[in-house]
Amino acid sequence: MPVFFTQRQIVAPGDLLAEGNYSLGSNVYAIENRIYSSVLGLAEIKDGRVISVIPLKGCYIPRVNDIVIGKIIDVGIASWLVDINSPYTGYLQVSDALSKPVDITKIQLRKFLDIGDIIVAKVTAFDLTRDPQLTIKESRLGKVEKGSLVEISPVKVPRVIGKKGSMISMLEKELGCEIIVGQNGRILVTSRNKARELFAVRLIKIIEREAHISGLTDRIKSMIIKAKKEGVI
Amino acid sequence: MAKSEEIIPVIKKRTIEALLEKGTRIDGRKLDEYREISVKFNVIEKAEGSAIVNIGNTMVIAGVKCVLGMPFSDTPDEGVLIVNTELIPLASPTFEPGPPGEDDIEIARVVDRGLRSTKAVDLRKLCIIQGRRVWALYIDIYALNHDGNLMDASGLAAYCALLCAKISKVSTENESIKILEEKEPLPVQHQAIPVTFAKIGDKIVVDPCYEEELIMDARLTLSFNEEGQICAIQKGGRGVFTLDEIMYCAELGRKISQDIAESIKRQLENIQ
Amino acid sequence: MKGKICLLNEEGLRIDGRKLDQLRPIKIEVGVLKNADGSAYIEQGKNKIMVAVYGPRELHPRHQALPDRAVLRCRYHMAPFSVPERKSPAPSRREVELSKVIRQALEPALFLEMFPRTSIDVFIEVLQADGGTRCASITAAAVALADAGIPMRDLVAAVAVGKIEGKIALDLNHLEDQYGEADIPVAMMPGLDQITLLQADGLITLDELKEALKLAKNGIMQIYKLQKEALKSKYLESGEELG
Repeated sequence: MPVFFTQRQIVAPGDLLAEGNYSLGSNVYAIENRIYSSVLGLAEIKDGRVISVIPLKGCYIPRVNDIVIGKIIDVGIASWLVDINSPYTGYLQVSDALSKPVDITKIQLRKFLDIGDIIVAKVTAFDLTRDPQLTIKESRLGKVEKGSLVEISPVKVPRVIGKKGSMISMLEKELGCEIIVGQNGRILVTSRNKARELFAVRLIKIIEREAHISGLTDRIKSMIIKAKKEGVI
Repeated sequence: MAKSEEIIPVIKKRTIEALLEKGTRIDGRKLDEYREISVKFNVIEKAEGSAIVNIGNTMVIAGVKCVLGMPFSDTPDEGVLIVNTELIPLASPTFEPGPPGEDDIEIARVVDRGLRSTKAVDLRKLCIIQGRRVWALYIDIYALNHDGNLMDASGLAAYCALLCAKISKVSTENESIKILEEKEPLPVQHQAIPVTFAKIGDKIVVDPCYEEELIMDARLTLSFNEEGQICAIQKGGRGVFTLDEIMYCAELGRKISQDIAESIKRQLENIQ
Repeated sequence: MKGKICLLNEEGLRIDGRKLDQLRPIKIEVGVLKNADGSAYIEQGKNKIMVAVYGPRELHPRHQALPDRAVLRCRYHMAPFSVPERKSPAPSRREVELSKVIRQALEPALFLEMFPRTSIDVFIEVLQADGGTRCASITAAAVALADAGIPMRDLVAAVAVGKIEGKIALDLNHLEDQYGEADIPVAMMPGLDQITLLQADGLITLDELKEALKLAKNGIMQIYKLQKEALKSKYLESGEELG
């Protein structure tokens, strides 16, 4: 059962990764017992049997229970259309947005959410045949009134979050800000200290760019310490 | 969303595939069996040449018109050949009116390549005054009924229309051109006979019917001259071929092209 | 037309000094356009071609969307200044046909069923043409699709083979295409040994076809290697920025 890559080696679509009775992880496919990469990315084997490739790029495909950050792009009679940085447009119904029932024949929905408004929402239903349904009727969800929004490639989201949220909690702690990471690659940073808020945005872009290089959390931490020492933030 | 006519019932697809496994097809043919070809020559008196070709229920008409025109600057001593195909809504509920789409244009260009590569018409004989005046041959191909393999039907119709075409003689005096009453056959010197294959799963069939085309993975057309040389190839469809499959189609296609050529020759002799 | 130009000298070298089985110099760059989800630039001889990939994205008009897979759309276009005599910018019949065959050469490689109701758009702009542009376009488009992160069975690499002075030759340039006896564009998924594009004009025997396909595969394997190097080196470069 040969494996043809070293751990986290970069591979291209069509690269033969292994031959034998392995389990298929993400971004791989099999012809008979030969396992190939289907994307450009880093090849990985887990527990000696699951083969996956971590993609370097890719779009956001919604999953139920994902937290996403969306932008209102249209207002209908009883719903809003929400751009969630995906090929599939989010759909937010009145009943998933407002806590009390309203008479939609009398009320203008634009009063609640207007075109261009940013929301933090959760995906409640999606199966590729229907557009994703969203809700904002839970704590921490809803319309965003302040903060800085940064967009990164959705495939880099796990790296920004870090192992068990280590990267985010480090940023929040060191910079005294609040960070909401949408699985769709949009990240909201809020802080009372605007300079630190913008510094966090810059660091997140660095994390995105260097996501594949090891020792990232420590490097980011030392950048913060240096900036503090120099009095930049 | 695809039109209903383009969506084949799943059970029918399974039937076709099951039959292919057993070496037969939905219309009873063998995998390497071509449908019967019938040709009607010179059906349009007002055209210089014309032909209706039937391959089974597939029906295509081609007409040849000649007009005086200018040669292309890189070939001042040759006539001009222009092939146009239109898949008109008359031929199938799946065709829409409008200017030629990519399917129409693909057929026209593959037919054109075959005729041009084999030098079907001696274009130098269509030159009247070098660099100034030549005959321009327009071959217009119209689908009349679509039951698969419009590519071959179009190619054969174009070739048959050329075979029976007659062109006016001209006289030139002091650079002025006079078109005479008398006509002569178009200088057709070589043949281009297309043979199309469809790949369904791992099976290859020749001359696919409409339902086979709906479920085919890929298509391969090869055109042959009278010596069995290839004069055009076109792979189509979303699927793939292996080298061995291509060589299988080339060998079989060459043989079938000879049978078709015989059949056309017989049918042409019958009317003359 | 034939015989006006001698395409092979007495030493068996071609007009640009190549041997019969030799490719033109090829340079592939990845991620050259920031707006696109994926992009690539290829130079093959004097060909200069830019490819952008957008998607998977919402398909407009929406009624063209398919319920079970993404729609792949390709536009092959030649810039008016890409050829000696200005080409009209309106799409020609040739460009319409090539857009179709290029699409069908790429389609077998893509897992389109993973993205129902969306579109993947490939825009090919030939900035300078010198023979074999459809093949160079396919080579670059496959790289741009991989750069966009779109799941693929394999890359697709392409090259034209042909017949000059009665001999089968690899990677025809414009003069060889124009004055040669045959031109046979071939595209493959090289790792899977499957042919995704095959066309031919000119006259060839069956034996010549077989020889041509073998030579094409040879060239395609070299191009495949260059594609992979280009994709992987982009990533490695970004790693070095760290310092």
